[in-house]
Amino acid sequence: MSGFARHRRSGRIIANFTGLEAELLRSLASQLVELLRNEAAVPDEDRDPFEALMDFSGPTNAPEDPVLARLFPSAYLDDDEASSEFRRFTEGSLRDGKARAAISIIDGLEEAGLPNQLDEDGLHFDVELDEPTAETWMRSFSDLRLALATRLGVEEDDEARWQALPDDDPEAQAHDIYEWVGYLQETLVLALTD
Amino acid sequence: MCHDGLVSAASPVEVEPTITPDRITFLDKPWVTIVWNDPVNLMSYVSYVFQKYFGYDRKKAETLMFEVHHDGRSAVSTGSREEMERDVQAMHEYGLWATMEKAS
Repeated sequence: MSGFARHRRSGRIIANFTGLEAELLRSLASQLVELLRNEAAVPDEDRDPFEALMDFSGPTNAPEDPVLARLFPSAYLDDDEASSEFRRFTEGSLRDGKARAAISIIDGLEEAGLPNQLDEDGLHFDVELDEPTAETWMRSFSDLRLALATRLGVEEDDEARWQALPDDDPEAQAHDIYEWVGYLQETLVLALTD
Repeated sequence: MCHDGLVSAASPVEVEPTITPDRITFLDKPWVTIVWNDPVNLMSYVSYVFQKYFGYDRKKAETLMFEVHHDGRSAVSTGSREEMERDVQAMHEYGLWATMEKAS
């Protein structure tokens, strides 16, 4: 595939996907949605039980899962109380926004021709996005990359580590997918600024 | 958010009649939003976010992006505490690692 590009006449942002590529992207986006929706806020042991029961507004502790902790970092480095307050008022809507963005990838791929069950060889189709949807995908690509990078333990300037792995190593394969989503994101940024 | 930390428990005075100029400066001191370097987000994307969200021109956005990349962090916006909370939340929406602190 050649990544995203802006179509001159319509102004829409278009990429051609094979069925397998689209299936892979859908699977990543679905996993992110599941992660965002499933892990409940970590219960706070120190709170008054009644107060905790009456408070539906949002979590106050950082998530335990490292991916979620990276997606929802603490807003203050040295003020736990202010960080909790910030989290309580923001994490719920941030989670919803990120889940909605990932769902927009799933919906977009399915509307463009990705079947529920991929069993056709040689399938490929164009995905056409208007500008706001392209922005949403671009944002969600960051979340997907952060999730993959956190699981893989990606660090600054660590290319040699991945290149040294044999091609059939699962980590090498996951890292290739991480790079591929980065390529998709890079071409989206270029198309959006074009 | 009710956390300002300026009124100490030892002086429960609501209005301080002898407030000093230094104290006033301290009260007015703005907050900053800091974006931290991470090994994941693409340079082009970070620069795009700074242009799109803050309305910075390309040159300023790239200067800030390189600051994040080379120095590990950059103060990308300044303002009231409430404004910086909005900016930090927006950066988290974009997947950037952002925190806020009092301007030094």
